[in-house]
Amino acid sequence: METFLGIDYPTWWFLVVGGLFSGYAILDGFDFGAGAWHLFFKTGYERRIALNAVGPVWDGNEVWLVIGGGALFAGFPLMYATFFSSLYIPFMLFLVFIIFRAIAIEFRGKEEMKWWRRTWDICYSISSIMLAFLLGVVLGNVLQGIAIGENYLYQETGFFEFLNPYSLMTGLTTLTLFMAHGAIYLLLKTEGRMFAKLTLLLKKGMIFFMVSFGITTLYTLLYIPHLSDDFKQSPELFIIPVLTFLSIANVPRLANKKRFRIAFFFSSLTIALLLVLVAVELYPNLLMSSIDPEYHINIYNSASSTKSLKIMMTFVAIGGPLVLGYTVFVYRTFKGKVRLDETSY
Amino acid sequence: MDTEILARIQFAFTVAFHYIYPPLSIGLGLLMVIFESIYVRTKKKEYHILAKFWTKIFALTFGIGVVTGIVMEFEFGTNWAVYSRYVGDVFGSALAAEGIFAFALESGFLGVLLFGWNRVKPWVHLVATIGVFLGSMFSAIWIVVANSWQQTPAGYHIVGEGMNARAEITDFWAMVFNPSSVDRLNHVWLGAFLAGAFLVLSVHAYYLVKGRYVEISKKAFKIALVVATIFSLGQLASGHSSAEGVSKNQPAKLAAMEGHFDKNAPADMYLMGWVDKKEERVTGIKIPGGLSFLMHYDFDAPVTGLSAFPIDERPGQVNAVFQFYHIMVAIGMTLILLTCLAVFFWFRKSLFDKKWLLWVFVFAAILPQIANQVGWFTAEMGRQPWVVYGLLRTSEAFSQAVTDNQILFSLILFLIVYTLLFLLFVYLLNKKIKHGPYDESEDDDRPLTKEIAEVITGNA
Repeated sequence: METFLGIDYPTWWFLVVGGLFSGYAILDGFDFGAGAWHLFFKTGYERRIALNAVGPVWDGNEVWLVIGGGALFAGFPLMYATFFSSLYIPFMLFLVFIIFRAIAIEFRGKEEMKWWRRTWDICYSISSIMLAFLLGVVLGNVLQGIAIGENYLYQETGFFEFLNPYSLMTGLTTLTLFMAHGAIYLLLKTEGRMFAKLTLLLKKGMIFFMVSFGITTLYTLLYIPHLSDDFKQSPELFIIPVLTFLSIANVPRLANKKRFRIAFFFSSLTIALLLVLVAVELYPNLLMSSIDPEYHINIYNSASSTKSLKIMMTFVAIGGPLVLGYTVFVYRTFKGKVRLDETSY
Repeated sequence: MDTEILARIQFAFTVAFHYIYPPLSIGLGLLMVIFESIYVRTKKKEYHILAKFWTKIFALTFGIGVVTGIVMEFEFGTNWAVYSRYVGDVFGSALAAEGIFAFALESGFLGVLLFGWNRVKPWVHLVATIGVFLGSMFSAIWIVVANSWQQTPAGYHIVGEGMNARAEITDFWAMVFNPSSVDRLNHVWLGAFLAGAFLVLSVHAYYLVKGRYVEISKKAFKIALVVATIFSLGQLASGHSSAEGVSKNQPAKLAAMEGHFDKNAPADMYLMGWVDKKEERVTGIKIPGGLSFLMHYDFDAPVTGLSAFPIDERPGQVNAVFQFYHIMVAIGMTLILLTCLAVFFWFRKSLFDKKWLLWVFVFAAILPQIANQVGWFTAEMGRQPWVVYGLLRTSEAFSQAVTDNQILFSLILFLIVYTLLFLLFVYLLNKKIKHGPYDESEDDDRPLTKEIAEVITGNA
């Protein structure tokens, strides 16, 4: 197989897709988190501030999902096909909530009526919570493996197979992680009473996250032993979970010192490290079959041709710096505390 | 109902709904760039107000366009898994290019476009507006390339057999510049410009007949009229060139568009008509040999008819393709007539006295929208029974792991959500239009309305 810098192309593309989904989780993660806290803010003014903290950036953040989805389709078509058709119901729900979140942000400020704003506030918050939760649920299913059979076709036909104890736990962990992450983002964007309130909410969020993360970890070790195989074989990988735990512990430490900028960096790093952990556990598989290892979808049996992967590596080399450029430009323009003006939501 | 039909209905519904918005984003983007460029060059306040006003309406369409577009990207995987496996190597790279080169540009600058008016210098803001506009144009490039590859596949070879068969890319640029992509891209771009220009014409025509914001509306109307005239004429040329391509590359589709069945005879062109598929006959008003003339500049030249194809390689819904195509053409002609008439009155300096014509423009905003929709229906239904022309049948391409009940569930969900979305869109659009281009804070320098002017000057 052809390689580039000693690494084969499917692996390179695995890294690209992983990077894109990590970027998405970090960026839209704080949007979801901020949205999940939304109903905890009681006054219309506070809710406007919270909404306008994500206002200029949520759409740019969603780009990562679009590019990630395209990258999966283009690089691992078999994975894309089986993954999305197998987890049909959760993905359909995800799409509907993505729509509701966007229009809630868009439409809330368009009318003065109380019932109008309250409806969209609830809509925004529930959508954000469900989006975070569903991402976690899908991740849980990927980690456990799903019923893939002959021709890499999904064998179940019901509606709710995607909900099981493990995926509920990963869903909850993801939600609480994003809530902590989102609270820190809002802390960077707010002042006064709201800021004070958020410091308290962040504490609660961190505790909830640590508890559910602890339970999920325990569950993984006890009931899904195949996920730790890689770590048993190459003990040097143990550094990754260690770093993850250190990174998690660092968040409340920095928050107590009111160094929220660095705390935000570490909550982002935590999300990235958790996904690195997932990637190490899976590699070279992408989606494991719970029926027979023969039907595992891995980066080699699902990859596009080397020619196609090379073309897309070129895209990434050209497009990546451009995307980074616009992102920096937008975040610089809107850096600092939220200021409302007549163009705000 | 079976899964194939349900999957097709869901895809058609979600993509048709999605396609209300991107053409508006592209077309309004063009007008916003023009308004704002004039403002940055001349510093005239009214163009600043126009740019800001249309940016607000743009924001409404853009948001819905993005979220309904995300649905499309994932629906390939959820509902068309076999198709995705088959085309991913080729089609996927076009889709990935769309994300990284177009959508990122568009969304990156969107925040500055919408919320940056008071934060960045006017020229920086103009750069953001141009960035968003170009992003939406680039988006169209990659999406049309991907779709055109399904119509006229090129630059690929087939590897594997049965469920494992798939198209692999052999020549990227041959895939991008496949035989139909350039023609179809032009056609889509011009259709989008028309959708945007006609919405601007409609709203300002409404203000003009109501005697509100008269001065600013005259300026906006003239600019949009120039855009609409150029592109409605351009659309005629682009449509013709596109049809020539179809005759060469997808003869069955062309035959269905005109309901031409005879294997190898001169083909007529219908102004309107009805296709009887069983009898293989069209009833209607026709120009004998018209299609032969358009394609070969000779009324007697033979054109391949549907009978040349086995039954299972002909589009199933010939009459629908015929009707959609003819509605599109009729609307195209109407738009040319309308814009040319308006330009004529403009030169006679009586354009803004012709209230009836302005009223026509108020309602004409719907026409390019309909034309865009039926144009796509012609293209997609004319390609049937293939999902990738000549390679993969639609009936083989849907997800086998998804049950009919699951699709029914999601279809109903989308029906409810999109109906709600559409009602909200219309309500808020109407509200923005009623509110007018001026912010509350700019109340004072608003030009006088007709009635108030009459009171002040004592002519009431």
